Amino acid sequence: MSLFDKKISEVHELLHKKELKVSELVDASFTRIHEVDDKVKAFLTLNEEAATKQAKLLDDKMGTDEARGLLFGLPIGVKDNISTKNLRTTCGSQLLANFDPVYDATVVEKLNEAETITVGKLNMDEFAMGSSNENSGFFQTRNPWNTEYVPGGSSGGSAASVAAGEVFFSLGSDTGGSIRQPAAFCGVVGLKPTYGRVSRFGLVAFASSLDQIGPITNTVEDNAFLLQSIAGYDKMDSTSADVTKNDYTAALTGDVKGLKIAVPKEYIGEGVDEDVKNRVMEALKVLEGMGAEWEEVSLPHSKYGVATYYLLASSEASSNLARFDGVRYGVRSENPANLTELYNKTRSEGFGEEVKRRIMLGTFALSSGFYDAYYKKAQRVRTLIKNDFDKVFEKYDVILGPTTPTPAFKIGAKVDDPLTMYANDILTIPVNLAGVPAISIPCGLSNGLPVGLQIIGKAFDESTIYRVAHAYEQATDHHQNKPGL
Amino acid sequence: MSRIEKEEVKHVAKLARLAVTEEEAEMFTKQLDDIIGYAEQLNELNTDDVEPTTHVLDLKNVLREDNVKDWFTRDEALKNAPDQQNGLIKVPAVLE
Repeated sequence: MSLFDKKISEVHELLHKKELKVSELVDASFTRIHEVDDKVKAFLTLNEEAATKQAKLLDDKMGTDEARGLLFGLPIGVKDNISTKNLRTTCGSQLLANFDPVYDATVVEKLNEAETITVGKLNMDEFAMGSSNENSGFFQTRNPWNTEYVPGGSSGGSAASVAAGEVFFSLGSDTGGSIRQPAAFCGVVGLKPTYGRVSRFGLVAFASSLDQIGPITNTVEDNAFLLQSIAGYDKMDSTSADVTKNDYTAALTGDVKGLKIAVPKEYIGEGVDEDVKNRVMEALKVLEGMGAEWEEVSLPHSKYGVATYYLLASSEASSNLARFDGVRYGVRSENPANLTELYNKTRSEGFGEEVKRRIMLGTFALSSGFYDAYYKKAQRVRTLIKNDFDKVFEKYDVILGPTTPTPAFKIGAKVDDPLTMYANDILTIPVNLAGVPAISIPCGLSNGLPVGLQIIGKAFDESTIYRVAHAYEQATDHHQNKPGL
Repeated sequence: MSRIEKEEVKHVAKLARLAVTEEEAEMFTKQLDDIIGYAEQLNELNTDDVEPTTHVLDLKNVLREDNVKDWFTRDEALKNAPDQQNGLIKVPAVLE
């Protein structure tokens, strides 16, 4: 059994008993990266020198009170749209190929306090726009289960690195499914917290009203540990929520007796792969066997989610990405004739096709004459989608369904048609629009590729999600399935 | 009839500060037309009495104390600037 198949609590125990040094652990992470990352291509930037140096410093702290924190000394990977001081942060874009941040994101600061070790930055679709990592401005990350397949996106590198056993856990970001969908495709655990639960300070903004940072891990327990460490109000993010932070590990009771589960008929209906549906129904049986009850419900407006999302997210993106003009940072176009040409050429040369497409769509939806018909209309439909969730949560504790309509698809299969690619996010997008939390956990395989079970909770009730996910995980062994790289 | 014409696409590109070639303009016209056509399914819904949601949290103004504190140094602020001179960011002439 590899070190990286162990749970965080087990590795912590080894470190604490001095049976393992932090430097050995970090070396093991780089050894694995050098062994498999040629095939997986999860990492954009490695932090080998600094990480190795930091590991040696932490070796000296082992066994002291300072080293009691659960995450002490553990190697972690960070999605490349999360700012890391003095460690290149590209957002998967050629426009930021040379960007070297001068500050850490709040989540990174928190992890530094917990003394995790950042081993590198993880590949992603450019500016988090994509569902396959085919939109990375650098290279294609591959699915560790079958390298002919996409790892999902946009946090494809984050999910693939955990599945490939390169790190214990990673950070991703989720705007329309970008943590849950790659977690499902790569057979790992990924949580999108409630909007506002985790600070977005230092997360390069894509769609500010939807973006959330969250943990990707091997197990539900590890996921709860990591959320515990990164959650909380941050005065640097005025949209972070000033609410009580729960003790997430206390929720891992294994008890789901009497729990009320809603299964939206739209999530197991037309367009959902038969195998995926079967895995979800099997999961429901397991939970039923443990004393949970489930009923079919309806989220009648979920079919409008994709259209609503693409209008709103692209509108917000067109505004957020205006800052990339080649003036203060980024790769500036050479020899522009004047300032306007500097903006135009820098952006045209630096952005990839999907990013340009979404900026164009957003600019169009916000432009005079179209604002009410598209942007405002989508905001109103967003209310209807949110109301659907509110109504179901009056009677039920969680909503359960697949994370994605199909398992991972082949690289290149959907690149020519943006709309088919967008439809892949149909089951994850409504969650972001409603701002509620949701997790994806492995629930079996279909033709050798992982299937993700999505558990959606009430706003700020990550605890109940963890309780259900953990109980299911304890009762099954899907999370122990590993890709044979 | 298409919902968006090539000339509109070029205008939008100009607003978005993107230089697009003729071929790109054609491609985007087709693709944006498809996406906007797809989005028109939202018109099936009557939303006359529905309030728009801009944000899921019920946030009012978020204020902080106006205290002086350390921030980035000039060197840090200039660290990523593609071109600079005398401690300032340099760009081509703004006025012709």
